[in-house]
Amino acid sequence: LTLAVLSPTSRTAMATAAIIAASEVLELADPLPLDSGQQLEGVRVAYEAYGTMSPARDNVVLVQHATTGDQHVASPHPITGKPGWWDRMVGPGKPIDTDRFYVLCPNVLGSCMGSTGPGSPAPDGKPYGMRFPVITVRDMVRAQIALLDVLGIDRLYGVVGGSMGGMQSLSLAANWPHLPERVLVVACTATMPAQNIAFQEVGRQAIMADPDWQGGDYYGTGKAPDAGLAVARMAAHITYLSEASLTEKFGRRLQDRASKTFGFDADFQVESYLRHQGASFTGRFDANSYLYITRAMSYFDLAEEHGGLLANAFTDSAARFCVISFDTDWLYPTEQSRRLVHALNAAGAPVSFVELSAPFGHDSFLLDVPALDRVVAGFLSR
Amino acid sequence: VTEVETQLRPDLALIAGHVAKGARVLDVGCGDGALAQALRDDRGCNVHGMEIDPANVAECVEKGLSVIQGDADRDLAFYPDGAFDYAILSQTLQTTMRPDRVMEELLRIGRRAFVSFPNFAHWRVRTSLFWHGRMPVTRLLPVAWYETPNIHHLTVADFRAFVAERGIKVEDDWYLAGDRLRGKSVANFRAEHAIFLLSR
Repeated sequence: LTLAVLSPTSRTAMATAAIIAASEVLELADPLPLDSGQQLEGVRVAYEAYGTMSPARDNVVLVQHATTGDQHVASPHPITGKPGWWDRMVGPGKPIDTDRFYVLCPNVLGSCMGSTGPGSPAPDGKPYGMRFPVITVRDMVRAQIALLDVLGIDRLYGVVGGSMGGMQSLSLAANWPHLPERVLVVACTATMPAQNIAFQEVGRQAIMADPDWQGGDYYGTGKAPDAGLAVARMAAHITYLSEASLTEKFGRRLQDRASKTFGFDADFQVESYLRHQGASFTGRFDANSYLYITRAMSYFDLAEEHGGLLANAFTDSAARFCVISFDTDWLYPTEQSRRLVHALNAAGAPVSFVELSAPFGHDSFLLDVPALDRVVAGFLSR
Repeated sequence: VTEVETQLRPDLALIAGHVAKGARVLDVGCGDGALAQALRDDRGCNVHGMEIDPANVAECVEKGLSVIQGDADRDLAFYPDGAFDYAILSQTLQTTMRPDRVMEELLRIGRRAFVSFPNFAHWRVRTSLFWHGRMPVTRLLPVAWYETPNIHHLTVADFRAFVAERGIKVEDDWYLAGDRLRGKSVANFRAEHAIFLLSR
C-alpha cells in the first residue's frame, strides 16, 4: 500500500460537530480490503507519535488503544483536555520510555477521532452512517500495517495493548508474525466470550432504540442519540469496575441529600456518577462508532480465524509474549488469559504470564497499579 | 562451574551443571528465576519457567525470562508431550497436592526430569521425632507444621520405591548435606537433600 501524507489543513472535517483530533493523519492511496469482502476507499489513519525513531528503525513500540480510546495515549485529549489515557505508562522515564522508544499510537478504523469511521464522508460526500462496512479487529490492524508501511517500519520492538488494544496486538502477532519482537497484552482475551458479546448488545440496542439515532443518519440533523449512547456507556462502565471498588468509592451513600426522595432522581452517588459518565461520554464519542467498534470486538475470535485451534494462530510467530490479567477483572477474567497462555505454550512461543492483584476491576490496566508498571518496564527492557 | 552457578543454591548449581548446553528446559517452581537465568546465560538453554507467586514472576520477567504464573498441580497439563529436553522440579514436589501426578506430567513434558526434595529421613529429622516426638524444624524445613507449604514429606527411600513402582528410570542421583555432596550409601540417613535425574 502507498499513502499520501495529508497536511492538517487538507483534512476534511468530520460530519460530527466537534470530534476532530489534532494528530497526524495519513490517507491510504489504495483501497483497504476488509474481512467482510468489501473494501474501503480513501481510508485515513490518525496517529500520535512520541520519542525519536532510531536510525535503524528498531525502537518502535506500537501502542493500541481500547474500545473508546484514541491516539492520545500520552497527550491531552483535544475535547476533554484530560491527560492522555495511558499518560502514566508512556513518557520519558516511564515504563514505555519515550527517551528510548519511538512510540506510535494509531486511532482505530471505525473510530471518530480522526481515522475513517461511520461519521466520515463516504465517496458521495455524505457521512457513511450505516453504509459504513462492518469491520473486524483484523481490519483495524490492517489499517495500522498500512501506516507502518508508509512510515518505513518493518519491525516492531514491541506491540502493547490493553483490552481491545490487546486484541489488536494478538491479531497483529497472528497475522503479521514477522513484525513484532515483543507482544504485551493486558486484561484481554483471544476470543470474545458470550457474556461480553451480551453486554455490548445491550449497549448497541440502547443506541438504536433512541429515536434520535434515525437509522444512523443523524449527522447534520442537530440531533444525536445521546440518551442511548449514555445508557450504553453506563452499562459498559459498570463492567469496567469491580464490586469492591464501587463499594469503596460510593457504597450506599446518597448524592447531596440527607434522605431518599422516593422518586427517580439520582439519589445514590453511584447513580449520579454513572449518569455523569454517560453524559460526558456523548460529548467525546460518536454513537455509530460505538456500534461498529463493539461489533468488531464481538466478532473477535482468533481461534476461529485459525482453523478453530488458538495455538495455530501463533505457530509462525517469532515474538516473545507477555500476558497480564487482574484478579478483580470480571469482564476479561484471568481464565481468558490462561487459555491464551496455554495456546502460546502449545505453539512453543516464549511467554510470560502474571495475574496481578489490583482492586479496580478491568480498568486496573489504566490505573495506578505499580506492579503493572514493573512488569511492563521489565518486559520491554530487554 | 561458572560464576553464576557458584552463586546458586547448591542443589540448583548441581542441576545447572548437568543440563546439556542449548537444551530446552522447563523450570517448574522457578522462584525468582536464578536457575533459569544461569541456564540461559551460561549454558545457552532455551528456558521456560512456571511459578506460583506473582512477585517472583515479575522478577523473572524483569530478567527477560519467559515465566508463566501457574500451579504445578493444575497447569502442567497444558504443555505438549516431549516439549522439553528437561523438566526441572526443585524443592517443589513436597508442596504439591498430588506429587505422583506431577511426576507423571514432568516425564510426559520433558524427555528427562530433575527432581530435588528435602529428605525427611535425614538423621536430624529422625532425632527430632525420636527424642522429642515433635515435627522437625530444621535448616531445610524451617517452618512449623501448621504453616509449612510442605504437605507431602517424603524420604529418599520413599522416592526410590516410587520411581521403581512406576517404572521410571533413575539416570543419576546426588545427595547433599551441609551444602556438600555426600555418598550414595546410607543416603536415606545422611542426606538432607536429594536430587534425581529421571527418564522414562
